[in-house]
Amino acid sequence: MSDVTPLRQRRAKAGEPVLSARGLRKEFAGFVAVKDVSLDLHDGQIKALIGPNGAGKSTVFNLLTKFLKPTAGTIAFMGQDITRLDPARVARLGLVRSFQISAVFPHLTVRENVRVALQRPQGLGHQFWLGLGSLERLDARADELLADVGLTEHAGHLAADLSYGRKRVLEIATTLALDPRVLLLDEPMAGMGHEDVGHVAQLIARVAEDRALLMVEHNLKVVADLCDEIVVLQRGEIIAEGDYATVSRNPQVREAYMGTAYIEDGHG
Amino acid sequence: MRGTEKALVALGVLALVVAPFFFYPVFVMSMLCFALFAAAFNLLLGYTGLLSFGHAAFFGGAAYFTAHSVKVWGVPPELGLLIGMAGAALLGLIMGLLAIRRQGIYFAMVTLALSQMFFFFCLQAPFTHGEDGIQGVPRGHLLGFIDLYVPLNMYYFVLAVFLIGVFAIWRIVNSPFGMILRSIRENEPRAISLGYGVGRYKLAAFVMSAALAGLAGGLKSLVFQFATLTDVTWQMSGEVILMTLLGGIGTMVGPIVGAGLVIALQNSLATSQFPVTVVTGAIFMICVLVFRRGIVGEVIAFAKRYGSR
Repeated sequence: MSDVTPLRQRRAKAGEPVLSARGLRKEFAGFVAVKDVSLDLHDGQIKALIGPNGAGKSTVFNLLTKFLKPTAGTIAFMGQDITRLDPARVARLGLVRSFQISAVFPHLTVRENVRVALQRPQGLGHQFWLGLGSLERLDARADELLADVGLTEHAGHLAADLSYGRKRVLEIATTLALDPRVLLLDEPMAGMGHEDVGHVAQLIARVAEDRALLMVEHNLKVVADLCDEIVVLQRGEIIAEGDYATVSRNPQVREAYMGTAYIEDGHG
Repeated sequence: MRGTEKALVALGVLALVVAPFFFYPVFVMSMLCFALFAAAFNLLLGYTGLLSFGHAAFFGGAAYFTAHSVKVWGVPPELGLLIGMAGAALLGLIMGLLAIRRQGIYFAMVTLALSQMFFFFCLQAPFTHGEDGIQGVPRGHLLGFIDLYVPLNMYYFVLAVFLIGVFAIWRIVNSPFGMILRSIRENEPRAISLGYGVGRYKLAAFVMSAALAGLAGGLKSLVFQFATLTDVTWQMSGEVILMTLLGGIGTMVGPIVGAGLVIALQNSLATSQFPVTVVTGAIFMICVLVFRRGIVGEVIAFAKRYGSR
């Protein structure tokens, strides 16, 4: 994959942010994991959250998706205050996340994995008196989503039997089944082989076209190629914000990444 | 595969239909009651991933409710069973509301504590007659005209209730709701992130499991015409775990086979020199060490390996 052909057209942010966090703070028994983090996410935008290990990226993610309750600060989603809502409720509103460790349902088939996500929006979650045949009408849509990410031939396999890269792809397909307004991907490329990275990066660029996307990612090349804006976190605080060029020139960021080579390599 | 499955189920049902002509009917009926109890327990452990250590409260509690309602209130047996089920479901709702907030071992401990409180209630409450239990429970007439004192009538009534109960569990497991339960068992945070309020699903599964365990308990009180404190002890909660693990968790037939095996062992060892608990304990250990998936679980895994070649 080369940088000559950019994966996507950069977009300028416009209008109100879809997701907006103000002054987020999280303390764990006296330890401040995240302090005063504010960020905005706009439609059509891909934003990356980067930073060294332990910088608080995952904590910010968990705060935004309500898996953790913030000690202070507010979060608004499409103008609605969601600071006090529970995670399932937030997901139903259209703010859906993925997980760092691949989150599939291992002993369900690949098609069933996607179908589980389709069940709730279609009102087929609580019927304990119906047979599984009642779910067949979701199969067409599930197969469409699987075709979209290139998993058609694996539809009948158990998710546990997929390669690591394919599990991550399945996870994205499952997330897309909800047609979320905002997608939060926690290290989508972690532990992936070189080929898979390119494949998934293209997939992400494609799905971000009509929604907003925030990702935590260590692979700086991916970040440079994909993201419109980068937020750098260190010790729970935002130390830099902007496009790749701006951020990579920032001396504090270079220091945080211990040596300049790493971040320049990422771009090269 | 579907064809062989159907054939095996038909064969099993046929075996149960002719069983009373070869075995002592009360013995087979007690097997069926425990098999239904274990299958109901497995709905929670095997298909939702929740280990309850308090299911005796539903089994033994429903036995008291059914026994009391047919003996004291004089209701027909079918209504008595429904009362037992409703009582167990209500208990399940209360216990579930308190327990599902916790996970893993804490969930198990909360259910154990609550069932012990219920045990104490049963020991003290006047209607249960404490150590004596409710004795001489009338079997009555099913739908007003089928005399359940006739052994074969009673047997086929028990078999019918058993089959209906197992069918209900099979239906719940293989339903849209069951798919969500399985996804919660597989990966709870992921199910949450897909927008499922997992607490409500777990609670619903808990109440269903309690109600079906109650159906088994109520049925047992009609079979033995006796509701006893033994059925609400924590040992009974342990026994159903043992039956389910022995047979194979997360399989439809496993708990049924496990219950059958444990009851058969208890029955045959009761008259021998061997101490029952030591023998079942030894078999349980061997099973856990050698066939981790339980008897039926291993058979299915073997059939899959063999079938894929």
